[in-house]
Formats: sequence, C-alpha cells, structure tokens
Amino acid sequence: MIDVRLTAVSKRFAKSSDSAAVDDVTVTIGAGEFFTLLGPSGCGKTTTLRMVAGFYFPTSGHIHFGDDDVTHWTPNKRDTGMVFQNYALFPHMTVAQNVAYGLKVRRVSRADQARRVEEALAQVHLAGYGDRRIDALSGGQQQRVALARALVIRPRTMLLDEPLSNLDAKLREETRAEIRRIQRESGTTSIYVTHDQAEAMAMSDRIAVMESGRVQQVGTPHEVYYQPANAFVARFIGRSNVLSLPVTGAGEQRVQVRLPGGASIEVGAPAGHGLAEGDTALVSARPEHIALGGDDDTASLRGRVSHVEFTGMATHVTVDVDGDEVMAALVDAPAGMALGDVVGLRLVPERLWVVKP
Amino acid sequence: MTAATPTAPGWAAALGRRLAGGANSRWFPYLLVLPLVLVLWGFVVQPMFATFRESVSANGTDNYLQFLSSSGVARESLFTSLFISAASVLLCGVVGVAMAFLLKRFHFRGRRLIEAFILVPAALPPLIGAVSFQLLYSNIGIVPRGLQALLGTDKPVLAFDGIAGVLVVHTFTMYPFFYLAASAALAGMDPSVEEAAYNLGAGRVRVWRTVLLPMLTPALISASLLVFMTSLASYTAPLLFNVSQTMTMQIYINRTNGDLPMASAYASVLGIVSIIFLLAMRWYEGRRNYQSQSKGVSAVRREITNPIGRWLAPLASVLATLVLLAPVGAIALVAFSADRSWTTEVLPPTYTFENFVTIFTDPKAFQPILNSVQMSLIAVVGCVVIGVLIAYAVRRLTFVGRGLLDVAVMIAWALPGTVVAINLISAFSTGNAFSFGQVLVGTFWILPLAYFVRFLPIVFRSSSATLALIDPSLEDAARNLGASWLRAFYTITVRLMLPGVLAGALLAFVHGVGEFVASVLIYTSSTVPISVAINNRMYSFELGTAAAYGMLQVLLIFVVMWFSGRLESSRTATRRAEQWTN
Repeated sequence: MIDVRLTAVSKRFAKSSDSAAVDDVTVTIGAGEFFTLLGPSGCGKTTTLRMVAGFYFPTSGHIHFGDDDVTHWTPNKRDTGMVFQNYALFPHMTVAQNVAYGLKVRRVSRADQARRVEEALAQVHLAGYGDRRIDALSGGQQQRVALARALVIRPRTMLLDEPLSNLDAKLREETRAEIRRIQRESGTTSIYVTHDQAEAMAMSDRIAVMESGRVQQVGTPHEVYYQPANAFVARFIGRSNVLSLPVTGAGEQRVQVRLPGGASIEVGAPAGHGLAEGDTALVSARPEHIALGGDDDTASLRGRVSHVEFTGMATHVTVDVDGDEVMAALVDAPAGMALGDVVGLRLVPERLWVVKP
Repeated sequence: MTAATPTAPGWAAALGRRLAGGANSRWFPYLLVLPLVLVLWGFVVQPMFATFRESVSANGTDNYLQFLSSSGVARESLFTSLFISAASVLLCGVVGVAMAFLLKRFHFRGRRLIEAFILVPAALPPLIGAVSFQLLYSNIGIVPRGLQALLGTDKPVLAFDGIAGVLVVHTFTMYPFFYLAASAALAGMDPSVEEAAYNLGAGRVRVWRTVLLPMLTPALISASLLVFMTSLASYTAPLLFNVSQTMTMQIYINRTNGDLPMASAYASVLGIVSIIFLLAMRWYEGRRNYQSQSKGVSAVRREITNPIGRWLAPLASVLATLVLLAPVGAIALVAFSADRSWTTEVLPPTYTFENFVTIFTDPKAFQPILNSVQMSLIAVVGCVVIGVLIAYAVRRLTFVGRGLLDVAVMIAWALPGTVVAINLISAFSTGNAFSFGQVLVGTFWILPLAYFVRFLPIVFRSSSATLALIDPSLEDAARNLGASWLRAFYTITVRLMLPGVLAGALLAFVHGVGEFVASVLIYTSSTVPISVAINNRMYSFELGTAAAYGMLQVLLIFVVMWFSGRLESSRTATRRAEQWTN
C-alpha cells in the first residue's frame, strides 16, 4: 500500500492558455484510502485523474506514488489500474484475454495468468465467463470485466473514472457496494471520480470537492455535508439554503446572527472565520434541518408557500421569505398545505453552519 | 361483400379491392418495384448473359480454355491483372495507412495543407489522371527528364514504365481508399481503449501490435477489397503505360480487332471476378466493426517534439502538397503549350492561349463538349428517377427479393467500364425487347445508356444514404394528416432527400463528362465525348489541346466538389472515397 501525493499540480491546455483546467491542486491520498474527486462536469476532476494515470503531464507541480516522483512517467510505467467510464474493453478479445492483458505485459507465467484471471473473474462474480465475447455481455457485466482487468494486475493504485455512470439506477447502487467491498478486501489505494454526490458520500473515506479546476474542500463525507467550506460545497452536496444574515456577535468557532424576525441565534463556524459584529454571514441551512414551527420560536422565519412537492418520505416546501426562496423538507407537514398559506419555519441552530462565499 | 362468381367484373372488383388499400396494400411494393426490376434486368443483368452467350457463340468453350492453357495471352493477362491488383493493394495500404496515422495522430506544421489536397489526385477523371502521371513520371515525363538535365545523365532518371508506371498511377489514385478507411476507423475508435492498454503497462509498440492494428483490421480489409476491385477494372493506366496483357486491355484489343467472342470471354471472366469481390465485400461489411460512440476525451494528436522533426515536418508537408498538386499542375501547364512544340525539353518550350481559343471557337473542336454534356445530362435524368425509386424501395418497403434489387444496383457499380461496354454491345447490337426492338449499337443512345448503367449506383448510394437519415415516421405523420402516399412521398420524403440526390446527380454528371473507359469502346464518330477527343488528340500529338480539354474536365470537377461539399457534409468518409475515385 502506498500513498499518492499531488503537490501544487496545475494543468493548462495549449488551446485555452488563459484558464487552467486544474489549478494548484494539493492533496494527499492515504495508503489504502478510498478517495473521491467530486464535482460538476468540467471541474477538472477527470483531468486530475488522467494526470495521476499519466495520460496528461502536469504543466507544473509534482505527483508522488510513495517515494517515487512519477510526475513525468509514461502511463505504462506507473502500475495503476484504471477503470474507464466506458470500460474501454478490447473488442477483439474475449473476456479472459481482456483480463489477462496486463498480466501478459508483465510476463506472468501462463499458469499463473490462468489462475489469476480465474480468481479475478470470481471476485467480480463472473466465473465461467472467460470465453465470452465482450459484446455478448450486458453493461453491468462489462463493467465488472473492466474492474477485474484493473484488479488482476494488483496495481499500486486503482483509478476509477465515473465507472458507474453507464449503469441503470438499481445496478448502480449494487455495484457501488461491490466496488467498495472489493477495495476493502484488496486494500488498494483508490481514487474515484464522480459527479454524483450521493455516490461519493456512500463510498468514500474522504472526498475532494472540485470546482473550476480548484479543490474547494477535502474532508470526510460527514464533514463536507455538515461543515461545508463554502456556498458552492453547501449547494453541491445535497441541497442547501444559503442565507445572508447580519452578524451580531462572533466567537472562536461560533457566530451569532440575527434572523429576519429579529431574534438572534448562535450557529457553528469554521475556525478563523474572520467575521465580526456588523458583517454579513452566509449561513447554510439544509432543508431537512428546517421544520414547521410556532411564531413565538426564536429561530423562526415566516413566509408564504410558493411550491409543494410530496415525495413520500417528506414534503418539500418552498417558502417565499421576504423575496428569498427557502426550501424545507418537512416530515410532519399537514396534508392540507396549499399554495399561498402563510407558515412559520423553525431552524435547528446546532445544524447551521457558516460558509465562505 | 363476398365475391360470388369468378366473372370478369367480379375479378376486376377483387383486384380493385386489393389495390384499394393504396400504399398500404400488400401488392403496392410489387407494383412500384416491377418497373425498377425490369430496368435493372434489361440493362444490367440481361446484357451480362448476352455477353456470355456471345463468348461461346463462335467456338464453344474454347475461349475459356485459353485461360487454363499454360502459354496463352489469356492466362498471362489474367495473372498480370491479378498481380497488378495485389501490388496496388500493398502499395496503397502502406501509403494510405501511413498518411492516416501521420495526419490523424500527429500535430505538426503543414498538416492542414496536406489534408486539404489529399484527395486531389484521386478526383481526376480516369483518362486525364493517367495522362498527368504519364506527363510527370514516365520516361517522357517532366520529373525524370528534369533529373536527367540536373544530373547530366544520358537517360531519364527514375522513369516509371510498364507495370511500374501502372502501379504509380494506382498508388496515387487509390491510396485514398485506405487513407479514408483508416482515418475513419481511427476517428471512430474509442481512444480510451488505447489508453487502457497503456494503463495496463503496454509500451507503444505493443499497443500498436495488440490493440491498434487488430482494431483497424476490418477497415483495412474493406479497403483492400475495394482497391483490388478498382485495380482490376483499371484501363487507362495500362493503356498509357503500354501494358497490353491485362484483362481490360485484352477486352479493348480483341474488340478493336473484331474478335467480339474473345472480348466477351474476357469480359465475362472479369465480370465474374468483380462480382465475387463485390459479394465478398458485402459479406464482410455485414460483420461487426470496432467503432464505438463513446463520448469523453477525444483522440489525442501527438505533438512532434523532436527538434529535427519540427524542422523537417513543414518541409515535408510542402513537398507532399507539391506532389499531390503536381498532376493538376502538369495538365494546366501543358494546356497552355503549343501543340506539337514539346519534344525532348524538360518543360514545354512555347506557351499560348490558342488551345482554349480553338476549343471554344472551332465548332468541330467544341462538339465533344456538347456531346459529353448532352449525353451525361440524359443519363443523369435516368439515374435520378430510377436511383431514387430504388433507394426508396430498398430502404422503406418490404417485399420478397429486396436484397436482390440492392445487389443488382451494386453489380452495375462493381462491373468495370470495359465490361459494361461489352455487355451493352452484346445485348443491343441486335433488336431487343428492352430497346423496343431497336439496334442501339452505333447510335447516339448507346453512350447515354452506358453512362446510366455505370453511374446509377452513385445516385442510388447517395439517395439511400440520405434516406437512412430521414425518420420514416415523418412520412407516416404526413399520411396521418391525410396526405396520399404519393403526396407524402413527394412533399416530405423527396423534399428531404433533395440535397443527397442533388449531390449524387452532380457527381454522376461529373463522372459522365469524364467517362472514357466505356466510351472508347462504343462511341461513334458523331458522338465523340471529351475523353475520347483527348485520346484522339494525344494520338495525333496535339498534347496542348488534349490537356486543354482535360483542364476543363478538372475545373468542372473542382467546382462540383466544392459545391457538393457545401451541400452535404455529413456523408461518411469511405463513401466519399468510393464516389470520388475511379
């Protein structure tokens, strides 16, 4: 097991020299960790992964695998196992030939090849499929062949580029559990790229949220969810209301803000938030941390219902509070809630978090 | 409602009911297809049988036995033809694939220059193309003589003659089959497959050997079959480089010597070989290929970083561009040279506008242009009417024998021009049901008919390709809104097909104006087309006038090429090659 370190890695493509596709990324992925690069399309996550794989060389910065500076190594020397978004299986080879390809390159003996291919296929529940043609497999099966092909070489790191995006919803959930199980068994350091925040939350040890080529936040799923670093992360991970509220007092990791109704509440804030009385703080409030509440409550907002959506688990309500739309996920909404109703909303102060713009 | 007795009115009523369903009736496709079948049978298939009958008319199977005897011209010609074709495949393959890799996988200065002109040599009409290579590379050619003058030797240097000369022409005019097939395959190939191989530890050579080449194989095999077929049908290159022992040349020689049965035997053998290749190609194309529609990172062009390469690349690009444009340049140069003035000099010594002036002012010299335009127009009208309907029938209707209809059109494409000519001579030198009892050979009509047969597949293909892109439900929608089949067909389908049909028609017209191979066997003194005029002028050593005619053909081609490029840019690369190359 090795760690993977990216130090001040930037990538500019020749055509668009003005903006960097990846801008000054520094992260350390611990040995054996399942690490996810998460972000919307075009945020630079795939470019970052391809630099780790060696398909692009960084314009500046360094990439280390353990003690090796691999920044300018060619892809075939890096010993990474990559699973491509479209699987990239060799269409002119059988399943077994595909899986054996990396072993052949590594001059593994014929007997060992056969054994390891067999093992790898068994590991992804495809034992006995070795002689099939690639186009005789379903999408999910192809996905698992791609996984087996990357696993079988026992790579130093596994690189997974949106491997689930071509599967249907049900298969996607099954497969993500499967990938995580296999990764735990092998203990291989893994970097996973996705734009699906639910997938990232479910699978990862840690997540790096990226936007516009920059890392916005690195943290455990719990951290990025409950303590988003900035408004982008708050809105991208799950849904969030980012409220602009005047600061009435500030502490080490606490900030007091005043609600539109006039009451002040104390909310959590990151160390070194730099806010002082008189500033305006951005406060992230998740819809599920907002409930229907009495008018007398100190932590309350009042507004008119502008949209109602019943999902079964909760009722998603959008409330117009003095021109700002506030989303709330209510588990106890009365059945008769209608557009135009004036309601009071109660915030859960211990779940609110101050974010940077 | 039940038909009681089989009386005549009852029968008519039954038929009326059958057809009352209009286009929905089960009989409708057959009603539409019947005339098309008659046309294809009458002018494509039946003449082939007529040729076969002709070949065994005089002395039975003797003509065919000559192909088996060890020391005959026939056997020699067959082998020479096969050898030239195999060598052409090899040369075109090497050049075409190398060009594709260079241009599609590397980024260097001058790349776009080469790409812009890469199809030029192949787009020349067959006769003028071969003439230009003769003017450039044969032992009377500009390049060998230039090198001779430069090096002071007493013989032309690097002169290509005989079979070598034929192979030069073939390589230059047919490598685009490989180039376009390999480029399309490279472009369609999922780049991540290549990356997966690198990721698994394979080096560059190994990736080539185990991934890239195997995945290109289908494209290369199709291209090989195409080049082999085209080489086999090649006639002008052997004619100009004096290789008389090829199948096409023997057809011509026997025909001019009046031995029609022997010419027919050659034509039958060549026809059968061509059809076998056509069927092999169709069978192979039906198999899977490795293209994928994956999105994601597009294929990377590798920048040439080696400093020597960086300097050499633009230089080599300019050189390659010069070589690509040299044939047109040579024709243009000679077009302005005075007739009979150029003997042993490297370049023509005297220049004049006289050639063009003659062509446009002397009615006799202008007649071939009128002939070609008139005959091509007639042929194109036929091609459009029949070609569009066949395309519609093959793509949209279900009926027994649909595959055969498709194959019949493609046979017209696969048959070499010389064979088409011999077939028409055999079928229409006496009255025939399909010519309404008229003798056509020796009349005006035989040439437009030959052009029709040869270029029908062009219009058919481009119509069929456009039709494939039109959603059939559009026509259904029109029918649903109350339009009759005919109205829906004309206002929706034909309207949407128009760009493709027009492109095909223009192409057929250009090919008609440049046609030489069939014309030279069946023209009459009153219907001399341009290419035959060029050939005749060359014989009387009026090179300047010949080249001037050629220049006009080339200009027409470039105008049409530019125009149809604007008309339709979505056509696939391989299909484009098949249309532009002869």
